[in-house]
This record gives sequence, structure tokens and C-alpha cells, in this order.
Amino acid sequence: MNFGFSEEQDLLRSTARKFLENECPSEKVRRLMETPEGMEPALWARLAEQGWLGLIYPEEFGGMGLGFVDLVVLMEEMGRAVVPGPYFSTVVLGGLAILEAGTAAQKKEWLPKIAEGEARATLAWMEPSAMLGPEGVALAASRDGGRFLLSGTKLFVHDAHTAEAIVVAARTSPGTPAGEGITLFLLPRETPGLAVTLLPTMDQTRKLCDVTLTGVSVGADAVMGEVGGGWQPLARVLDRATVALCAEMCGGAQKVLEMTVEYAKIRQTFGRPIGSYQGVKHKAADMLVDVENSKSITYYAAWAMDERVPEGPLGVSMAKAYVSDAYRRVAAAGIQLHGGIGFTWEHDLHLYFKRAKGSELTFGDATHHRERVAQLVNL
Amino acid sequence: MDLALTPEQLSFRDEVRSWLKANLPGDWVEKVRAGSDIPRAEGYAFLRSWQRKLYDAGFMGLTWPKAYGGRGLTFMEELILHEEMALVKAPPVLNILAIGMAGPTIIAYGTEEQKKRYPAKMLSCEEIWCQGYSEPNAGSDLAALQTRAVRDGEHWVVSGQKVWTSVAHLADWMMLLARTDPDAPRHKGITYFLLDMKLPGITVKPLRQITGDPEFNEVYFDSVRVHESQILGGLNNGWAVGLTTLMYERLALGFGLQVRLRIALDGLIELARRSRKAGRPATDDPILRQKIADLWIHTEVLKYTGARAITRLVKGEVPGPEASTGKLMWVDTHQRLQAVAMEIQGPYSQLTRGSRWSVESGLWQYSFLRSLANSIEGGTTEIQKNITGERVLGLPKG
Repeated sequence: MNFGFSEEQDLLRSTARKFLENECPSEKVRRLMETPEGMEPALWARLAEQGWLGLIYPEEFGGMGLGFVDLVVLMEEMGRAVVPGPYFSTVVLGGLAILEAGTAAQKKEWLPKIAEGEARATLAWMEPSAMLGPEGVALAASRDGGRFLLSGTKLFVHDAHTAEAIVVAARTSPGTPAGEGITLFLLPRETPGLAVTLLPTMDQTRKLCDVTLTGVSVGADAVMGEVGGGWQPLARVLDRATVALCAEMCGGAQKVLEMTVEYAKIRQTFGRPIGSYQGVKHKAADMLVDVENSKSITYYAAWAMDERVPEGPLGVSMAKAYVSDAYRRVAAAGIQLHGGIGFTWEHDLHLYFKRAKGSELTFGDATHHRERVAQLVNL
Repeated sequence: MDLALTPEQLSFRDEVRSWLKANLPGDWVEKVRAGSDIPRAEGYAFLRSWQRKLYDAGFMGLTWPKAYGGRGLTFMEELILHEEMALVKAPPVLNILAIGMAGPTIIAYGTEEQKKRYPAKMLSCEEIWCQGYSEPNAGSDLAALQTRAVRDGEHWVVSGQKVWTSVAHLADWMMLLARTDPDAPRHKGITYFLLDMKLPGITVKPLRQITGDPEFNEVYFDSVRVHESQILGGLNNGWAVGLTTLMYERLALGFGLQVRLRIALDGLIELARRSRKAGRPATDDPILRQKIADLWIHTEVLKYTGARAITRLVKGEVPGPEASTGKLMWVDTHQRLQAVAMEIQGPYSQLTRGSRWSVESGLWQYSFLRSLANSIEGGTTEIQKNITGERVLGLPKG
């Protein structure tokens, strides 16, 4: 057993931290989050130069062929810097869906473009019902000769407004059990009948969209993998994306802890640094427990993804349940310990708090995942 | 990052597994827990023989040097042993203060003579050890201790009192911290003695606890004469030696506690499966499902945080922040677990052993009450948080 990082992974971490401190300081985060795009071509090109857009794709598609644990290291650093823009949606959601479910032609067309920074992708799976299981996929894709006709709405779609490729989960055969009859389609955003509207959301550093399809007609070449066989690969992608998100959350929580401890050392009240008061110290210790445990369970889940162990989905849900609550608690405690300044727009803490809240709700909150744990352990 | 075991570790695991299969006593839970009335002699006698069996099979002192009765293996083997014992719900090790604290400290600080004399008998459970640290006014603030030892020729004469001394009523030896230089600053004038509990002048008074059991004691010293050869780690060096012991305590706790938590959780799930709430199985109750799943997750989290700490140790690195969070996490999880067990039992949770209506012979009632001590023993939660805040996060002292 070696439950730590390799030298290469430590190097990736320090490189990423330095890069993001230089290229994506909080002034830039604030500037970008207030633009509709929420991203910057120059920064995107720099991410591509680092090789990070193709980090986990095989070399034959222009990637670096690294593992999921490597991605977790990078995601932690991204979360630490609350990097805005479509890295997560492109590399982890859309890109992994294409890698997992795409045809040879689709992979060959899109993955190198993603890795080189020429295209962005995303995954449209949730609908207004906000159901997380296969029964939530209701968007109809009816056969129309050799083509499919898609109609319906996808909600909470990450960065669809800047993505060139959108993976859409649709129901091709209604009336079958929920997990059957789901098909994944790969659509260019410019497809006629596909409309993307930006949603005003709490966390402005991560853009969410309404994607409405009205009689969108696509050929069989848009189908990813088997018709009706879309749920299994989609579920695998969602599990992996959940772990990547947990890693991002760990990085954010770590940063909030550091900011708070630094502040508690210098901020004086009644003639003493506030960090010398037990009320503050104990809360900081609680934050540390949350942060360290979040890392442990996330690393376990990442390892389980890399090794494809049978307990993988259990690891995913344990991590998401724990980290969802922990990051929100840590971010809230950070604001509390900063006092009034922590509540201002001027201070960065709200960026983390909002990211924590948004991430908590993405792919199911703690309650959802605890129930999944209960099912997976046959409670 | 890899949780897989090496071929050598796998073969060690198989060795443990097949030994446990052949030697596991079937009825120990009843024997030990139901024997929790004063003086629990039956339980201790049983646990003593169980540890002896483990020792004879070569499973005690895995990380201790061979020269002192151990096997010279790594923390990984220790972890494997504990995990396997948890899996089959094996009885715990009795002489835990010796194995977890006194032994490693003697191996680190002892003279060759001391190292040859004591550790092996700890492993075989031939000699049980207790820890003479806490006093009425020096618990978490250990440096305030007042028990004094005054030189008289080759001897030191010990007078004073200890309290909360677990297993002192059974112990053959004590790790004793006493003040040998009253004029030195608090931390400087303390010496660590290896004290024979049979010496004249020692009185042990069991303290009855909230559970009804006397698990710990008051110990009085009335001019107890200890030979100077029983000093460990040098005169007036007891603070440093004692801190080493506490460090080992945290490590030992980390291993042992996770195992106990796992056993308790499995028991809780069985209890929930058998119990009914509003006419349906307790496991169908959505709120209880949430609580039990949460306990499951926290138990696993504790394991992986432990794995990170152990990885650092095995690599020869200094334990990181993750090593300091284990006890806080364990206390919280275990106390919540016991509360959920009470909740599952509803009105029956009031009934202790002796009623034909009591659930599982009142075992849960005992452990529910006992769990209140978790946040006090081994450093209170409040002190642990101070230490974490100051030593790990670098916050200023109050």
C-alpha cells in the first residue's frame, strides 16, 4: 500500500499551483465571472500548452495518457484558484463522455481538438425534473427514417454557451425500464433547433445553461455507441466527474482554511489575535478535520476509478456525501471567522462559498449520496 | 497511489486469516461484555489468554525489534493484522497501554537491560501496564503534576496521587511521571519511572464509573521506594520521554479505534435489520438510513485518513496534518453511533442487563454510557483542538 502521491504528481501539483497563481489570480476570476462567456481564450490556450486539456486522454488522441489520480491533483489546484471557465465541462464531462461512449470517428474528430484547445465540449443530461437517475432522462428522440428527431429541455448544463460539442442524453425507446432506451447523441452547438440560454446562478464562476431542443433532426452518425445503450457509459462518466468535482472541492476547502488561519493570526481583537481564542481555534481545528477527511475519501474514490475496482461507485458516493457537507461547512466557517469582511463582495470568500454550494448540488447532494451508499451496502 | 498489498503483505494477510479461522473463540462477546460487572475478572482472564495466544502465534509486537520480542515488520503488517481482526470480530488486545505506549517508549529510551527485561513480557501479557500520568489537578495540563520523588541514596521516594488510572487494579507495572526537581520550570523537573505496582506504599482504589464499572482508579503513593535503575530516559527528562509515549498512544489509538468502530458499526447494522420502527424494519426508515449511511462513510473516511498517515510513516516522513485529526473524528463518529443505537431501540434503550426485555443483554446501554468518556480520555476534545490549532495550523497560544 502506498496511499500518497508520486514525485511526478507532487511536481504536477506545484507546477499547477504556481501557474494558476500567476495566470489566474482572483482579480482575473472576478473579471471573467462577470462576462457572459466566463472564460478567456488566452488562458484557455495556456491551459492547452500545459497539456492539461488532454491530460487523461490516450496519446493517440493527442492527450498525455495520465491517470485519474493525476487529474485529481490538477482539479484540486483548479478548485483552490476557483478557476472560471469550461475546464471541468470540457475535459471531464463532455470529453470523458466522448472517450467513454463515442464512436471511433467521434473520438478521432473531437478529442484531439479538445486536447489542443480548439474545441470545448459539455454534457447535457439533467432535465427540469432534476432527477438524478435514468428516470430523469425524458427528452424524446424519435426515429425519423434513418434520422432522429430530438425535442425537450436540458437544464443545469455546464458551459453549453461556449461549447462546440454537446453530448445529449435522450430517450429513444419510451416504455422500457428507465435504464434502457437511453441514447447519447453528440451534437455541434450550431445544430439548427438547438437553443442555449445562460441561467443566472449564484456561483458566477461556473456558468450553467438551459439547452432546449425543438425538433432537432440528426443523422445516425450523431449516435454515440449503441442506440438504447447510453445509460451505462453515462453513469460511468457521471461517477468519474463526481470524483473530479470532489477533488476540486477539496482544493477550495484547503484554500479557505489557509485564508482563515492567516487572518486569525493577524486580526486583533481585545488586544489579542483572534486565533488565540479557543472559540476561533476550535472552529479552525474542525475545518482542518473536514479538509483532511475530504482529501482522504476523495483520493480513495480516485484510486477506485483508476483501478476500476468493484467498490468504485460506493467510493464515489462516500466521497460526494462527505465532501458536499464538508466544503460547505468549511466555507461558511471561513466567512464566520472573518467576521463582517468575510461577508463582503470585495473579499474572495464568497467565491468559494458559492462554488461550494453549487458543487454540493451538482451530481446529487449529501442526502442523495448517503441513500446511494445505503443501497450499495445493502442496508 | 495504490491501496493494493505487495505479494509479501498478501501472504502475511493469508497467514493471519488462516490462523484466525482456526483459533477465533466463538463466544467472546458474551464472555467479555456480559462480564462487565465488578470486577470483570472472567473477562480479563479470557482476554489475557487470548493475547497470549496471539503472542505465541507471532502476532504481537509486529513492529518491535526481534531482539526485544517483536517481529521487525512495518506498520503495514500491523494494519493488516488489525483489519483482519476487525473482519472476523476478534477480541481486542488487553495490554494495550503496554503495547501502544510503554513498550515503544522503553525501546526508544531504555537501557539495554530495560529493553531486554520488559517489552517481551508486555507482548505475552505476562505483565500488564498502566499509565501514571493524570492527577487530580493535572489531566490535560500534564505539566502541572505534583506527585514527587525525593532522592534517598540509590532510591527515589515517591509520594502523591494519580487518578483516572485505567487498569491500575490489574496492573503489574506503571509508567510513572513524578516531579524530581520542584525548583525547575514545570516541564524540566519531571522524571519517568518504571514502577513495580507490588512495591510497599501503593494503594489502588477503583473508581466506579457512569457505567457502574470500575475501569479506572485512584492510585496513592505513600513513601514508595523506587530504585534509580528504574528511571527511563534520564533524570529530569520525563517530559520528553512522556511525550514520546503520547505520540505512540495516538498511533496505537488510530489503529485500534478504527477496528473497534468497524465492529460497532457492523453490530449496529445487524441491530437495525432486526429492529422495527412503526411496523417496518428500522433499515427502511429513511432518516435512520441516512444516519447509518453517514456512520458508514465516516468509518471509512477514518480508515483512509489513517492510510495516508501510515503511508507517510512507512516512507519515513513526518506525519502530516491528517495524523492529528483521527482522534477527533473517531470520537465524534463513535458517540453518534452509540446515540443511533439508542434511537433504534426506542423505549427499550432504557433497559439494562437483567431485564428479560433488554436488547442484546444491555450491551449497547453499556457502550453508550462508556462512549461519553471518549471525548475526555487520551486528551479531551477541547485540548485536542487547541493542540491541532496551535501545532498544526500555527495559531497563537491563548
